[in-house]
Amino acid sequence: MEKDLKPVIQVKNVNKSFGENHVLRDFSMEVLPGENLVILGKSGSGKSVLIKCIINLIQPDSGQIIVLDHDINELDQDELDRLRAKVGFLFQSNALYDSMTVRENLEFPLRIHWTKEERAKNAENAVKEALEDVGLAHTVNMMPSELSGGMRKRIALARALILNPSVILYDEPTTGLDPITAREISELMMEVQKKYNATSVIISHDLNCIRITSNRVIMLIDGRCYADDTFENLRLSKDPKIREFFD
Amino acid sequence: MKLNFPNIEKNQFLNEIGDISRFTARFFREVSKPKQEYREFINQCYWIGYKTLTLVGITAFIMGLVLTIQSRPTLVEFGAESYLPSMVSVSLIREIAPVITALICAGKIGSGMGAELGSMRVTEQIDAMEVSGTNPFKYLVVTRVMAATLMVPVLSSLANAISLYGGYLGVNIRGQVSWHLYWFQVFGVLDFSDMLPSLVKTFFFGFAIGIIGTYKGYNSTKGTEGVGRSATTAVIVASLLVFIIDLIAVQITDILGLT
Ligand SMILES: Nc1ncnc2c1ncn2[C@@H]1O[C@H](COP(=O)(O)OP(=O)(O)O)[C@@H](O)[C@H]1O
Ligand SMILES: [Mg+2]
Repeated sequence: MEKDLKPVIQVKNVNKSFGENHVLRDFSMEVLPGENLVILGKSGSGKSVLIKCIINLIQPDSGQIIVLDHDINELDQDELDRLRAKVGFLFQSNALYDSMTVRENLEFPLRIHWTKEERAKNAENAVKEALEDVGLAHTVNMMPSELSGGMRKRIALARALILNPSVILYDEPTTGLDPITAREISELMMEVQKKYNATSVIISHDLNCIRITSNRVIMLIDGRCYADDTFENLRLSKDPKIREFFD
Repeated sequence: MKLNFPNIEKNQFLNEIGDISRFTARFFREVSKPKQEYREFINQCYWIGYKTLTLVGITAFIMGLVLTIQSRPTLVEFGAESYLPSMVSVSLIREIAPVITALICAGKIGSGMGAELGSMRVTEQIDAMEVSGTNPFKYLVVTRVMAATLMVPVLSSLANAISLYGGYLGVNIRGQVSWHLYWFQVFGVLDFSDMLPSLVKTFFFGFAIGIIGTYKGYNSTKGTEGVGRSATTAVIVASLLVFIIDLIAVQITDILGLT
């Protein structure tokens, strides 16, 4: 990885508290283009809060967040929507719309970002392509409730990809899946990453997933960046706080 | 008046009122901005009608029938049996049909909205909407509140008609009043001052049910048990509000001399 590349995401000195619960304390990090950065931390350590700050679903109390050269605090709603179109977000609970079919779920992001003519012309193909990417073309008319956990995860990924994002944020993509499905999802993430040439931020504590996907791992402990290294180096570390995750 | 809410202490109760007021203010802000979600609004109107029509119809019919049967002995005692259609129709139109309709809607629509939006909140569907560039408040809340505000009066007007039909049957179980005479008496006694306040208050019923249902769901707290709580408290608060609005409405009609 070249060191002089301009970061895609910069998080600078971010603080976030919920009442007395100080979740992020002066947290900083950078994500470089093409990188697969994993954020590792205990449950409840603020990983989801951090990743939601990056797309402004949660507003930090202080600090600066720059995504694709935009300071997200200074954008108006339209600019923010345009920026969010370039960032795919895979939610931990998938967040598929229960009341809509797979097709409608995938078309939902298009309704704002494409004009009516564009949708009439290209939506069908875009849906087909995104579903083929995740290997589920035959589910297009099914409801989310008819799908298994792993399939839902794939559909959610397809929806995150439909606008061809240049950054993809994954919130615990393999949590709650059986080991085999988890591995398939991890491999799928790598394929997608190659095809779209995207930069990824992956929240995970699934060691297999981290091994397969990561170029670099950041450990979030007590709201701070505790360690920042490759998976192999961290795995060999003697630090007890780091060892906890690997034993 | 002592309000006996489960698990809500006085302080929380006041906070809740503040939150609901802010939520309502946001509703008016979003409604006045351009670009509304008309399709979703139509969908919601359809769903509200579909979910409640049968129940409202059956209940209204039975209320009309029962009220008539039960009022007869009293009127007979005063030798005023011939006033039965007039008396029953005034009670039905002014009070019973609108309030029963609103309570049924509070139960079905209020809990439905609380549960639906609540589960969308806890499974991050509302966040997902926001990320994909759709304003979830507009898409989910504004459409549902508007649909309830429109549909409760429609359903209530239907309930009026059906309950009067039930009343006709009730009158004829023991007495003999022809179809023409019944309606002649009913419309002889009902006038604008009965219809209008009764219609106007149903808009407020619908609005209150929509606001409470969506507020409870939209602000559902994390976890699946939060969804259940949203649905039940939505019903409790919405039903209570229906009665409070009814009380205020009767005072206002009284002051305006519309009685
Ligand atoms: N909207 C919120 N309101 C209050 N507290 C929150 C909220 N979101 C998250 N938290 C708190 O922040 C902490 C970190 O949560 P989260 O980022 O979801 O953890 P995780 O690392 O498991 O993803 C938790 O203690 C949680 O209770
Ligand atoms: Mg999380």
